[in-house]
Amino acid sequence: MKGFMTMTIAVSETQFTQPFKDQIANEDNADLRELRERAFEHFAKNGFPTPNLEDWKYTNVSEAVSEKWLVSSESRTIDSDLDIETLRKFRYDRNGFTALNQAFAAYRVIRIPKETSVDEPFILEHSAMVGEAIFPHTIVIAEAGSRATLVEIFASDAAGFTNSATQIFVEENANLTHCRVQKDAGDAFNYGVTEVTVGPAALYNATSINLGGAITRHDIEVVFTAEGGEAFVDGLYMLSGSQHHDTHSIIDHKVPNCTSHQSYKGVLNDTSRGVFNGKVFVREGARGTDAIQSNKNLLLSNDARVDTKPQLEIFNEDVKCAHGATVGQLEEEELFYLLTRGLPDPLARNLLTYGFAEEIINKIEVESLKEELDAAVLNRLNAEI
Amino acid sequence: MLLEVKDLHAGIDGKEILKGLNLTVRKGEVHAIMGPNGSGKSTLSKVLAGHPSYEVTSGTVTFDGKNLLELEPDERAREGVFMAFQYPVEVPGVSNSQFLRLAYNQKAKHNGEEELDPLEFNDLLKEKAKIVEMDPQFFKRSVNEGFSGGEKKRNEILQMAVLEPKLAILDETDSGLDIDALRIVAEGVNKLRTSENGIILVTHYQRLLNYIVPDFVHVLAGGKVVKEGGKELALELEEKGYDWVKAAAK
Ligand SMILES: Nc1ncnc2c1ncn2[C@@H]1O[C@H](COP(=O)(O)OP(=O)(O)O)[C@@H](O)[C@H]1O
Ligand SMILES: [Mg+2]
Repeated sequence: MKGFMTMTIAVSETQFTQPFKDQIANEDNADLRELRERAFEHFAKNGFPTPNLEDWKYTNVSEAVSEKWLVSSESRTIDSDLDIETLRKFRYDRNGFTALNQAFAAYRVIRIPKETSVDEPFILEHSAMVGEAIFPHTIVIAEAGSRATLVEIFASDAAGFTNSATQIFVEENANLTHCRVQKDAGDAFNYGVTEVTVGPAALYNATSINLGGAITRHDIEVVFTAEGGEAFVDGLYMLSGSQHHDTHSIIDHKVPNCTSHQSYKGVLNDTSRGVFNGKVFVREGARGTDAIQSNKNLLLSNDARVDTKPQLEIFNEDVKCAHGATVGQLEEEELFYLLTRGLPDPLARNLLTYGFAEEIINKIEVESLKEELDAAVLNRLNAEI
Repeated sequence: MLLEVKDLHAGIDGKEILKGLNLTVRKGEVHAIMGPNGSGKSTLSKVLAGHPSYEVTSGTVTFDGKNLLELEPDERAREGVFMAFQYPVEVPGVSNSQFLRLAYNQKAKHNGEEELDPLEFNDLLKEKAKIVEMDPQFFKRSVNEGFSGGEKKRNEILQMAVLEPKLAILDETDSGLDIDALRIVAEGVNKLRTSENGIILVTHYQRLLNYIVPDFVHVLAGGKVVKEGGKELALELEEKGYDWVKAAAK
């Protein structure tokens, strides 16, 4: 038995080992090569997360990751504006996916110059082909006093494997709106992480819409690093069939006088499964924190299921915090109200469900995107409203 | 005959609330139903609208020649029954105009009339909104969400204006209104009053009836009509209060 106890975890040979060897051989930036190697080592050692880990207990990726994936050749695209220090801030050791992302990442940098307002949204669309694994890694730096909108769209139209990372820095007094839309084909896999740093008096306003994929997960972590920051971290997951979506969110009030608002909503039909885990930390010394968090879920079928866990961890007094979660069906009184106006039962139910989802979608100010999502929601409800 | 309620018994959770109620409404008539709190006014309104929690144990309700009790709430609405809620419900995420257009089109379809697209409907809505002096900014807002008490009541009458029911039951539409809002709502209802429709005004107070003059007044107590008369009965109630009515119910 002793032999087993002292055994180190074997660095396992995986389907990603050879592709990595091939790619790293061509990596001519020494810093980056080191970073990638370290990340891949971490992946090789730890592998993909399994349901034995508390944070992954409801989301089992084993089947998806053991399929045969072809690593996208786009992986090595390097943006000239890439700053190695920024990359070093990325927490690749979060899990096997983040490590693998860093190892293969195709980097893209968006820098919004100081005091600049950009009206047109930056739109990035990511799409994996059948059997393809893509590793987009986006870095957005909203410099002091700037204002912009980032739209990320994940739209694999086939069974692809998306493993993305987005690092966002909202600097002093900057204002960044972020719409993240995941509308992959129904048999796609999608893991993504968003890491956000909110600077002094900066505003980060996120809306995350999750509609597609077979198994999808989004991790988002928003950290306040200076006073006066504000963040909206909102989202919707609308699932049907046997879809599975998991959002894990961390909002970290490390400093005093920041405000965070979080509203996530879930609409679950058929045998779909949703997971919401939202941690809000109010660290020691983070006086004057104002944090509000809610997660509301609408179950449209008896076989749908959601596991929700909003968590507030407060190491401080003098804070204003509220959180809550609900899981339920449509409100009978709301339904009756619509019926008395002559709407037939299925239409009335659809309208209420639509309204429930719209509360999140209505936040989106990019008109064309909002209209598209509107239509997608209606389509999901098989309704004409 | 628009509505004929005969010996209606109804209740909730096995508790009988309406205990043999009779009421007849003809086209062109306005009926006031008055009574102390808890006398069953809202129960009657909801039973007529078809609320699923209420159970009718006996009696009949005939509306426009049809057995109303056999119809689902939405069918009743499309046939021309409308109830303005005492406590209008908020519908988050659904805009007022979207909601009203759907309701309008359902009814239009039922009546074999032309359905309206959003632009056409918006024109109609603008006209109707004048009836209750409602600002078009309310069209875009979610149904009743964040509306004041008075705005919600006005919104109910706006819905009535759009749907043009044959029978409108207005449950305490006057409650929670200040005097200006009361006047606006009452004038709105008066504009919607025609020789072809019937209106049931459910109210606790007489003051609404200064603005909307009823043809008949029915006093409800203990789930029954205990006294009936013309508009002067409302004044009598105002003077004497409800105590004598309650005594009469026992
Ligand atoms: N949902 C309910 N469950 C139990 N009792 C009810 C319910 N709704 C009404 N009642 C009872 O029925 C009676 C009549 O209520 P209601 O019709 O609201 O009267 P009104 O509108 O005249 O004030 C009251 O005693 C009330 O408590
Ligand atoms: Mg009442």
